[in-house]
Amino acid sequence: MTSTVNSAAASPAETPEFPMARAAKCPFDPPPALRALQQEGPLTRVRLWDGSTPWLVTRYVEQRTLLADPRVSADITRPGYPSSAPINPEQVGIGFILMDDPEHARLRRMVAAPFTIKRIQAMRPGVQRIVDELIDQMLAGPKPVDLVEAFALPVPSLVICQLLGVPYADHDFFQANSKVMINREATPEERAAASRNLHGYLDNLMGEKLRDPGADLLSGLAERIKAGELTQRDAASMGVLLLIAGHETTANMIALGTLTLLEHPDQLALLRDSDDPKLVAGAVEELLRYLNITHSGRRRVALADIEIAGQVIRAGEGLIFPNDIGNRDPEVFDDPDRLDIQRDARRHVAFGFGVHQCLGQPLARMELQVVYSTLYRRIPTLRLAAELDQIPFKHDAAVYGVYALPVTW
Amino acid sequence: MKVSVDEAKCCGAGQCVLLAPEVFDQREDDGIVVLLDETPAEHLHDVVREAASVCPAAAIELSENA
Repeated sequence: MTSTVNSAAASPAETPEFPMARAAKCPFDPPPALRALQQEGPLTRVRLWDGSTPWLVTRYVEQRTLLADPRVSADITRPGYPSSAPINPEQVGIGFILMDDPEHARLRRMVAAPFTIKRIQAMRPGVQRIVDELIDQMLAGPKPVDLVEAFALPVPSLVICQLLGVPYADHDFFQANSKVMINREATPEERAAASRNLHGYLDNLMGEKLRDPGADLLSGLAERIKAGELTQRDAASMGVLLLIAGHETTANMIALGTLTLLEHPDQLALLRDSDDPKLVAGAVEELLRYLNITHSGRRRVALADIEIAGQVIRAGEGLIFPNDIGNRDPEVFDDPDRLDIQRDARRHVAFGFGVHQCLGQPLARMELQVVYSTLYRRIPTLRLAAELDQIPFKHDAAVYGVYALPVTW
Repeated sequence: MKVSVDEAKCCGAGQCVLLAPEVFDQREDDGIVVLLDETPAEHLHDVVREAASVCPAAAIELSENA
């Protein structure tokens, strides 16, 4: 017997608002209200900023099942899509992550080649050099130092610039605009302006790649434009997406991961005292699971009626998947709120699930493996240069992390 | 165990290659799965099952009684 009762519509005052706030003293844990909803059941209604009441899917199994269901759409332009903020009609899209197959697959496959496991493994020595040089510079400079500015942002920014063929000299410009684009509290106008800035920049760069191609990803897209498979505008959109996704996420995992380890000294010691690549790889998976920095929830809309867990999701209803609480599901991970770098966490959904699962995950894993196996061994006395409650956490950003991390040694 | 892959479903996330490089590879031009061994040796069965279960696009099918 399936229930078609929409309790949310019947009693709007009782419908919890989403997103929810984390507990002040638990910056590494998902909001307590999310945990409470997960204990009640796998699906519940929540209220968004615009008064809409999409489904919130809180348990791991239902998250994976629905994210992999072809009747579930990622198309932000469909009615019922639960957007995290007003959609500015003039704002240019950010590429294939907000599209469905077959167009999504066609565009995604165009940029997949540099992210294969083999190509990423071949980049590892270069990433190791970048990491070592940045640590050399930190050790030679004054302390305390902001780890975000000196290390966590430069590592993935340098790497993605090289991969895409974007001049790193422009990093102040693209980092500043990217920060606005993913800030939940920025106005639609501010976000649209940042988006226009980045699209203009990438469009200009695509023009240069068309005239003078190199061996980088954007030059590969220039070939597609010449072959008539892609418009320059779509190529620029894909460039914006890859540039933002390529540096924001990993930078936050480096800084927030370091803070997490400093607050869990026994786990940090295990990592620092081991030279086993398997232990390092396992630590990366566990930190991805535990921190799940994409804390705004993945967003979708149902294309058909879908029966799941005794409920019916109607066609046109929105779905939100907070993977942070999915990764803390006690049915899947024992003692889920404990950080344990020796556990097998590989089935986590920090990169999402379904055909939109993160394309850059091999790159993210490799960068984090190099960073986590190098930073704490080269600076074994690394420690916070502020109290934990003085650290500015990114509660207002679509991607969680810290705005600054003062450290010394 | 018999393994089959669906190239049309594959989204090139690479998880199978990471877990079982003896059994799975990726096409160089678009990252889509290439099956290297459709009847993997027994010591690989567990990791192949894990690859099928973490595949985000359900592109790996196993038939256990083959």
